[in-house]
Amino acid sequence: MDIKQVEGRKAGKLMLYAISTCPWCQKTKTLLNELGVEYSYIDVDLVPEEEEDKIRREVERWNDRLSFPTLVIDDEEVIIGFQEERIRQVLKGKKQ
Amino acid sequence: MNEISPEKIQKYYHQLLTEAEKAGYHLNSDLDLTLELVKSLLTNEERYGYQSCPCRWASGLKEEDRDIVCPCDYRDQDLAEYGRCYCALYVSAKATKENLSQPIPERRPSKEERKKKAEKEISHPSSLSLPVWRCQVCGYLCARQEPPEVCPICKATKDRFERFY
Ligand code: SF4
Repeated sequence: MDIKQVEGRKAGKLMLYAISTCPWCQKTKTLLNELGVEYSYIDVDLVPEEEEDKIRREVERWNDRLSFPTLVIDDEEVIIGFQEERIRQVLKGKKQ
Repeated sequence: MNEISPEKIQKYYHQLLTEAEKAGYHLNSDLDLTLELVKSLLTNEERYGYQSCPCRWASGLKEEDRDIVCPCDYRDQDLAEYGRCYCALYVSAKATKENLSQPIPERRPSKEERKKKAEKEISHPSSLSLPVWRCQVCGYLCARQEPPEVCPICKATKDRFERFY
């Protein structure tokens, strides 16, 4: 699957599900880049057709509305939509 | 994928702006965001053949994505409740900074819920002499044999009409 890795400071396991044409998803990526944390992301609209179902189920586990951006932190916390303050807050508490 | 040229984006932005204002709608004055969204609409048009909502996961099948072709069926309800559409391309005249800085919930029903709704709409026993059609984008109603080619109010195409009664 087309998961991209972005290098940076370790702040837990960050997985971002995004849409390539969505500016709010882009803003989320830009914020994570600015914070300099390590994260993975996938633009779900660009995955090959045969992998769509798999990725859809994966996102639905965290967000049954299947909306984007969906940011999963350490496989337990989910932030839906570009909530800048909340993302900053949560990641601040994750200094290692 | 071809990059959409800045001229094309500007041109389409001005077209959307004019159409919106004429119909009583407003585009977001945050130009960076709005131009990004306009670019994405054009990108999706090239990609899918229709302007699917930039912030939603399109299926690539027009039949399934009809409700999220921009302007989507959910725009007016979100404008009323949150002062903006889901992507914040359209905003209400009274939209505040708060409306625009926090995300709003996804109103689009899940695939299963949409399917159920479509099934429910099939039979319409009616005592009226003509069927009533409803534009799912703006709510315009008309009684005639067929819906109009384009909605006279919001310019949505014929396929956005549902049988209302
Ligand atoms: S009206 Fe707004 S939310 Fe609806 S499709 Fe267009 S940009 Fe997306």
